[in-house]
Amino acid sequence: MGRYLIPLGLFVVLVGFLAVGLNLNPRELPSPLIDKPAPAFKVPQLHALDKTIARDDLKGKVWLLNVWASWCVSCRQEHPVLVELAKSNAVPIYGLNYKDQREAGLAWLNQHGNPYVISAFDQDGRVGIDFGVYGVPETFLIDKNGIIRYKHTGPVTPDAVQNLILPKVKELNAAS
Amino acid sequence: MIPELGSFSLALALALALVQGILPIVGAARGDARLMGVARPAAHGQFVFVALAFACQIAGFVNNDFSVLNVATNSNSALPLEYRVAASWGSHEGSLLLWALMLNGWTVAVTVFSRHLPEQVAARVVGVMGLIGVGFLAFMLITSNPFDRLLPAAADGRDLNPLLQDPGMVFHPPMLYMGYVGFSVAFAFSIAALLGGQLDAAWARWSRPWTTVAWVSLTLGICLGSYWAYYELGWGGWWFWDPVENASFLPWLVGTALMHSLAVTEKRGTFKSWTVLLAISAFSLSLLGTFLVRSGVLTSVHAFATDPRRGVFILGLLVLVIGGSLLLFAWRAPKVGLGGSFGVVSRESALLTNNALLSVAAASVLLGTLYPLFLDALKLGKISVGPPYFDAVFVPLMTPVLFLMAIAPFARWKNDTVPALAVRLRWAFGVALVSALLLPLALGAWSPMVALGLFLSLWIFATSAQHLYLRLRGKAAEGTAGSRLRAIPGGWWGMWLAHIGIGVTVIGITLVKGYEQNLDVKMTTGDTAHLAGYTFKFMGVSERNGPNFVAASALIEVTRDGKPVAMMKPEKRMYKVQQMPMTEGAIDPGFTRDLYISMGEPLPGTEAWIVRIFYKPFVGWIWWGAIFMGIGGLIAAADKRYRKLAERAATRRPATPAAAPAPAR
Repeated sequence: MGRYLIPLGLFVVLVGFLAVGLNLNPRELPSPLIDKPAPAFKVPQLHALDKTIARDDLKGKVWLLNVWASWCVSCRQEHPVLVELAKSNAVPIYGLNYKDQREAGLAWLNQHGNPYVISAFDQDGRVGIDFGVYGVPETFLIDKNGIIRYKHTGPVTPDAVQNLILPKVKELNAAS
Repeated sequence: MIPELGSFSLALALALALVQGILPIVGAARGDARLMGVARPAAHGQFVFVALAFACQIAGFVNNDFSVLNVATNSNSALPLEYRVAASWGSHEGSLLLWALMLNGWTVAVTVFSRHLPEQVAARVVGVMGLIGVGFLAFMLITSNPFDRLLPAAADGRDLNPLLQDPGMVFHPPMLYMGYVGFSVAFAFSIAALLGGQLDAAWARWSRPWTTVAWVSLTLGICLGSYWAYYELGWGGWWFWDPVENASFLPWLVGTALMHSLAVTEKRGTFKSWTVLLAISAFSLSLLGTFLVRSGVLTSVHAFATDPRRGVFILGLLVLVIGGSLLLFAWRAPKVGLGGSFGVVSRESALLTNNALLSVAAASVLLGTLYPLFLDALKLGKISVGPPYFDAVFVPLMTPVLFLMAIAPFARWKNDTVPALAVRLRWAFGVALVSALLLPLALGAWSPMVALGLFLSLWIFATSAQHLYLRLRGKAAEGTAGSRLRAIPGGWWGMWLAHIGIGVTVIGITLVKGYEQNLDVKMTTGDTAHLAGYTFKFMGVSERNGPNFVAASALIEVTRDGKPVAMMKPEKRMYKVQQMPMTEGAIDPGFTRDLYISMGEPLPGTEAWIVRIFYKPFVGWIWWGAIFMGIGGLIAAADKRYRKLAERAATRRPATPAAAPAPAR
């Protein structure tokens, strides 16, 4: 009977890997959106629901889109980094408040500081789906022509800001 | 109202599936004819309710009922009717419902065509399919109900992904699913045989036509998908080794091995436990494919919105179905016995070698598909495995398969010798070798890969021609060539055509890889470009309004030596709802080449566009070969032999007591 158990044994190993795989986050895989135009969106602003913000409003400048939510624990971890980055005026940061309650989002910004020029209010998460958001937080670097040039998944670290994001911002600002 | 009716139908179908999955199997074990008799009516009832649910879903899409979440996220009122219908299986929920419908369709087909089967076998087969149905219906109702409401209703839908708005979407998924789910029949027959302890020639004979039809659907489904990718994705590739493509290719490889293994089991009574294992694997890989696509453990261009809860459920389902059947295999298969012996050089060993190679090929594709996951699970970093790995592994494995598949039909059962085979095949070998060495020179450039590909396909053609010739020549006493031609059974023609189909596909792959040319040019009105002897003149760009998109449509005149060849109209479309640009390539298909043009980006501030022009020699042969394989499979499945056996068994049946106690245990 021994050798007839081999297929079962192999399968058990496979299941082990699949089970572990389910708990992993595939978000560090390169986004298919890199070097593609950012998906168009037009949604209300978090602070003023009567005003909207759209992708095309931001044409002509290099900007960061940071996907965040008040319910997101890792966002707290990256938030001070973003606040510092905003103070340095190196690159404008726009927020995408993803699947959040408006009051909770506003309160959260009051408490932790607001690094965003404007936060887009994506209550039903449709903009997030268009951007292929796997999990919050995610950060996109978008160039003057509205092309996504870099995607950072997970919390932004000071290291990533210094060594990845700022050099790319410099490069894109230099490009015509 | 209609969506609630759909939900309710699904719940009823689940209840019937439970009945269908439990009672007949218990009945077969106890020899209780009444319990076994439940199988057919329960299967028919389940089919009716799943079909009703499917109809409810289509009604939601056709009527633009945006209070249903699934409709609101995947359709739009401006979407043309045929794509609204197709959108119903474009989503995760909808594709599961299609899966369930296909499963029920296959089950009903089994109940209809299995009247000649012993009652216990039929009850077990239908019961196993019922259990699979339980898994899928429960999955749908618990995690992915296609009838979930969106309240308040959306004003309009988010539209179907523009990539999917294509006739390919109407035909490709149903065809592919028919193949995937079709292997459930061979699987159910194997489980039934393991349960009953009767793995014999009769079991193999019953399984064969079902396996072949499932294989045909899968072949054509993959072929459609590949052709769709070719003309829709806009860069003229036809296979990407994407995880989702691999998910359909894995069951195909194992299913191919299964078909051949079943032939040996039927004719010679050997390979029994191997055949059972292949039947279990083919269906398991179909399930695994579903898991990979739906759980989000792998990212892919095909991946729909993913949800880890679904992943856990499918993994549980996998463990139950695959783990359970492999456990059953480990428990029952050792008692099956080994069957007749055969020599090292014989048709059996040729088939066994190819089976083993196909299985290894499937295993390496599976490894490549899952490797990123393995590394990630072991905390060794994130990587992605691309075409370089698959090409490097697949070509060396397929080369002996293609070489041997031409020999196997000539080898004698049980025992043969290498010298005898060499004498029989020396002319075919010589012709194939010499032409393969010389032809690349005539085509322009000699390269070892082109020569190898040509040799393998010419070798298949030459041996096929010889095989037909030998069949027709026969012995003088056996009538005229015409009567011998008519006497050739469907099974033989099927094998012959499918093998030629493989050769045709290999030629297509070889020549397009070896001699493809392409050109990226900037063009404005009046510009010309030259590629592979053709002249392409850019006549200008005009605006065109589609139902739910606007397009910049270019007109390009193609000439060769001053003679007109084609007017081609590649487009750049912008789909309004999803704001997604799409490249719609233009193709001028031909017997020996395709011309393929796709539009790049307009150059800002000018009238000029970037235009990509491809010259693809023999690319169409890739898909024609698959169509040959499909036709061959259908001819083989329709072989009169199976019907005759069915009739004979039916007339014999009254003599065998239908409700005999089970010989199991």
